[in-house]
Amino acid sequence: MAQLLEQLFNGLSTGSMLLLVALGLTFTFGQMGVINMAHGEFIMAGAYVPYVLQTSVGFLAGFTGLAFLVSLPLAFVVAGVLGIVMERVLLRRMYDRPLDTLLATFGVALLLQQAAKDLFGAPNVSISVPPFLQGNLTLGGVVLPSTRIFILLLSIALILITQYFLYTRVAGRRMRAVMDNRDLASSMGLPTGRVDSITFFIGSGLAGVAGVAVSLIGAIGFQTGTAYIIDAFLVVIVGGLGKLRGAIVAAFALGVLNAFTEFATSASIGRAIVFALVILFLQFRPDGLVSFQTRGLIA
Amino acid sequence: MTTDMALGRSYRPLQSPWLPRAFIAVFAALLWFWPAVVDDPTRLRQWAEYLCFAIVAIGIDVAWGYGGMLALGQGVFFGLGAYSIGMYLSLEQVPENAMPEFMTLYSNYTELPLLWRPFSSLWFAVGAAVVVPMLVAAALGWLVFNRRIRGPYFAILTQVTALVFWLFLVGQLELTAGTNGLTNFGTVFGRSRFDPNTVIWLYRLAAVALIVSLVLAYRLVNSRFGKLLVATRDGEDRVRFLGYNPAVPRTIAFTFAAGLAGVAGGISAPIIGIVAPDQFEILPSILMLAGVAVAGRGLLFPAVIGALFVNWSGTAISESRPDDWLYIQGGLFVLVMAVAPGGVVGIVRTMSSWATGRLADDRPTTRSGTTTPDAATTGATA
Repeated sequence: MAQLLEQLFNGLSTGSMLLLVALGLTFTFGQMGVINMAHGEFIMAGAYVPYVLQTSVGFLAGFTGLAFLVSLPLAFVVAGVLGIVMERVLLRRMYDRPLDTLLATFGVALLLQQAAKDLFGAPNVSISVPPFLQGNLTLGGVVLPSTRIFILLLSIALILITQYFLYTRVAGRRMRAVMDNRDLASSMGLPTGRVDSITFFIGSGLAGVAGVAVSLIGAIGFQTGTAYIIDAFLVVIVGGLGKLRGAIVAAFALGVLNAFTEFATSASIGRAIVFALVILFLQFRPDGLVSFQTRGLIA
Repeated sequence: MTTDMALGRSYRPLQSPWLPRAFIAVFAALLWFWPAVVDDPTRLRQWAEYLCFAIVAIGIDVAWGYGGMLALGQGVFFGLGAYSIGMYLSLEQVPENAMPEFMTLYSNYTELPLLWRPFSSLWFAVGAAVVVPMLVAAALGWLVFNRRIRGPYFAILTQVTALVFWLFLVGQLELTAGTNGLTNFGTVFGRSRFDPNTVIWLYRLAAVALIVSLVLAYRLVNSRFGKLLVATRDGEDRVRFLGYNPAVPRTIAFTFAAGLAGVAGGISAPIIGIVAPDQFEILPSILMLAGVAVAGRGLLFPAVIGALFVNWSGTAISESRPDDWLYIQGGLFVLVMAVAPGGVVGIVRTMSSWATGRLADDRPTTRSGTTTPDAATTGATA
């Protein structure tokens, strides 16, 4: 029983990590059809933020906890700015060619990786975990690391914030309008280009926050992002394009599924089984869990 | 759907069928005498390697350029081919029915596992190198395309296959030697691997395979099937309304690409001399596309030249300036996709249509223009 609970917690923990990473993707992929392969490198950029604050910024260097908390909003801005620059300079030219955005952003990912190698060096670094996140919580015979619980709470908090933003704020409602029907939104007078930029800023910024979470659970290196990006895209596909609800369910489902199959078999076989299950799932719901009902032809 | 007018032109019957034939004949002759020009076993081995990647590029061009399927996991099929031959070569180094060296070290097997046994036969290994990738691709393609999963979704799923394949290889240490991979091939097909004559022999094998693949691919894309494939890319719904199932040409083209990747992988195993998971991961899989993207998708011969050029310059640059190689690779993708999505071929076409005073506009190049809002992406005829 305790073992079962432990796997369940592992699954939820992986799921929350996946959700953090995929949250930003649901915006950029869902609204603009841009497959942002550099999303992983935005995560990496976010992960380096607490490291830089803790080691190099004078007045914060002594307070690891404070530096960590400051890094959450700061990482959002850093990654968001990277995203908005890429959107303005590069992606604007190729919105009608989704496959080309994939390769172009892959190029950006390579550039950012090498830049990180030049800036921070090739060896991995790690941050010092803030004092209030050290230690464990024992619950029903299961040991839960505080960092994992923090990530779970962080992902829930971010969902609530994005939900609030999307459904109550004007900017968020505009985003949803463009996501649902770009032509209609445009003919109603919405500046879709500007909405795109805001969407990209928020989507990439969320990657930065995810990066801070990543820095808590492992070493940071120039390849940090590549470990997460593929799984995150899988979450978006299973969840359904641009659907927050779908992404939440898919992330936790995949996380728990991963934990149990890996526990039952081995890490490598487990992943293969999960992939086979995803293909099987797509046989029944090719548009993902939550899909948009339409009678029109799909472009 | 990503389409462009420039690609449309390639499937029209060419003015003269002799032009591509002449190209291929000259190219074949050039490849045959190339060893005399290179005249260095180490360099020639690298060229043989480039030829293998050119074979993969032909398959990618058929799937991506003609079929509009961005296959980002070709490393998987390349790897399946490479492991088939690699297993044969590993068994060649030890007495009959003995286990390869790594297996005695890492595993508890007392005798050769069942999966390995048939690979002591060369013909089985060669057959598996071609058939296994094609079966995997056909199964995956049929399941995915029939549910109308395509475009970006398909591209991501192929990336996931590359990730799963890598994890599987690394995890199954006892069967695959893990990250170390299969290596220490002292002899290949009964010859010493380090003998210069063996290198020339392997080079010629790769060259013949490349020419055969090129001819096969030409015949495929210029046939009625090729037209159907391009039609599926440009107007899937129209194809469906005409009574075809678009999943069929897609699956066939994807399977063909996988077969070519398998052949290339099989030939590359004795040439590179090591078969390890890191060669077949996501990054190398995507880099297999680079040559096609630079040259311009949708024409076969330029794709081959592009793949050779990109691989050759990759060696040259990483030898002289290893730190900048990632910058150049990344910059290349960004530049080509942003400025010249039609690659070099697209640029040449734009320039020639300027030079001829936009004469190209009068030619009935494609009828798909009405359904494709991004028809002018390469700027070829716009």
